[in-house]
Amino acid sequence: MNNPYLPIKTRIEKVIMETEDRNIKSFELSFINKEDEEKFQYLPGPFAEISIPGKGEAPFGIASSPTEKGVLKFSINRTGLFTEAIHSLEEGDIIGVRGPLGNNYPIEKFENKNVVIVSGGFAFTTLRSLTKYMIHEDNRSRFNNITVIYGARNPGLLLYKDELKEWGKRDDIDLNVTVDAKAPGWDGRVGFVPTVTKEVAPASEDSYVIVCGPPIMIKFTIPVLEELGFPPERIILSLEMRMKCGIGICGRCNIGEKYVCKDGPVFTLAQLNELPGEY
Amino acid sequence: MKEKTIKKNELANFVAGLLSDYQVFAPAKEEESLVLKEMQAEGDIDLDIGVGPVNTKKSIKEFFFPQKERFFSYDLTKPGEMEEPVLSDKKRVIFGVRPCDVNSISVFDAIFTSDQYPDPYYIKRRERTTIVAIGCNKPETTCFCVDTGGGPFSADGSDLLLVDLGDEYLVQVLTEKGETLVNGSSGFSEPKSGVLQKRDGIVEEAQKAIKSDIKIKKVKGWLDNNFDAPFWDTVHEKCIGCGTCTYLCPTCHCFDILDETKGEKGERIRIWDSCMYPQFTLHASGGNPRKSGKERMRQRVMHKFKYFVDNNEMVACTGCGRCVKYCPVNLDIREVLKQIQVS
Repeated sequence: MNNPYLPIKTRIEKVIMETEDRNIKSFELSFINKEDEEKFQYLPGPFAEISIPGKGEAPFGIASSPTEKGVLKFSINRTGLFTEAIHSLEEGDIIGVRGPLGNNYPIEKFENKNVVIVSGGFAFTTLRSLTKYMIHEDNRSRFNNITVIYGARNPGLLLYKDELKEWGKRDDIDLNVTVDAKAPGWDGRVGFVPTVTKEVAPASEDSYVIVCGPPIMIKFTIPVLEELGFPPERIILSLEMRMKCGIGICGRCNIGEKYVCKDGPVFTLAQLNELPGEY
Repeated sequence: MKEKTIKKNELANFVAGLLSDYQVFAPAKEEESLVLKEMQAEGDIDLDIGVGPVNTKKSIKEFFFPQKERFFSYDLTKPGEMEEPVLSDKKRVIFGVRPCDVNSISVFDAIFTSDQYPDPYYIKRRERTTIVAIGCNKPETTCFCVDTGGGPFSADGSDLLLVDLGDEYLVQVLTEKGETLVNGSSGFSEPKSGVLQKRDGIVEEAQKAIKSDIKIKKVKGWLDNNFDAPFWDTVHEKCIGCGTCTYLCPTCHCFDILDETKGEKGERIRIWDSCMYPQFTLHASGGNPRKSGKERMRQRVMHKFKYFVDNNEMVACTGCGRCVKYCPVNLDIREVLKQIQVS
């Protein structure tokens, strides 16, 4: 019997300081045992519990794409005791991972459709996974236009800057990176995510939109999407909640009868509209 | 289903006979309460105590889902190494379990034996356990098992069920595990004529003694549509959030997973937690979807009588009445449910 509570062993291969405020670091992990790597099958969307002996466990969205073989990536905002502990880790350190947990973005539904990715702040992690997956040469032809709208308060807070540059050069992805206000050295777009979404989103027919960001961004983006004609079945969100077991039984992450860790974290707006607003 | 009888004065012999092959637990008095205690030697627990009208203070859940479970231990100086505990596979009999606690096993099975994530700790403990239940001739005033789908003689979840007939017990043999116990003892006889009728009379009388009248389906129907009802604004007011109800509840199963360390040594543990505590759902960001007693009380009621029913087709309450009996502010869940059903 597989024990769902035992972490698998990974090694930190690379630590990347993502933001100028030095609060978000990315960690690239490798699997120590080959069989763990083979078992760790996922599509973009799920999370995993990162485990540090002496500190505990906490859930983080998986930022790597399954197309990046052997690499497991997490981007982690330093905000409490546990994330502080993760930030103090170095390349070569051994840590545990329990997962993948939760569901993935409904990628099969995106096939032959336009896909719009709307994200703000450091919520971009699992959407980086999704974008990376969809634009991979093995997958790109399965989807029509791919539009990415990604915003941060200022240029220094953008994640994955090198990758954004690369994506910006491609002609098979419409990348729109925006910051909230003008900043020295920034010659890109300025404006809030909902406004930019209104400007650049394709027609809602035959399109799916995936939204992930801070609550305030989501609050103002949803009406824009509705105005553009996206029905709630084609607006997809990924939720965050305090989670522990990750397998739907420890009792803290439910919204109504659904557990964010097991039935989510990915939900359509139509599904969320059926649930009580306790999130 | 097979039925046997055993004379009351044979019962102690029967239980003592189990000691060679099993660990045996039975209700015993500890201070003012009954607890399930391990029998160390023949006769060291007076079995008559456990068949009286009073249930044990704590439910049997800790036999399968201990308050603290060690997943693994580690040494901080040896990164990546972890040592898993060896779980006992010694067979055990829990004697004198009441139907409400026995029925709670179906709730736990639904959670911990799912196809997707079977819980190895729970399953191992379930496998090594045989349960001898005792029906309740004289239910307590706090009992409401008949309203939650059980009853004072509901056998669902037990291996043997004993019914007190005065000078003897009628023994219902419900599973192979139960049959093994009965076959290993010479104290059992075939029921004499009239015994089953006598049992039926006792069952009927006990059921009638439970005066509670909660319509669980009606409650569910209201809960389905009233997440935002003003009812929730005040029903929690008396609650002090101590969590006693959740710890004593035979079906509550919320837990936390955390690390405990002492010097270089540490362990990852699972430990009971409670939806009645504000930290239970507190986000690292400071946000909390269940920020006040209102949301937490609503969660407890909704989970037991709506969400769990939606997901598992049974209520997560067996009507044992412990939360009624031990609540320090007398917040009576039966009263809450009755208010709901007249809403």
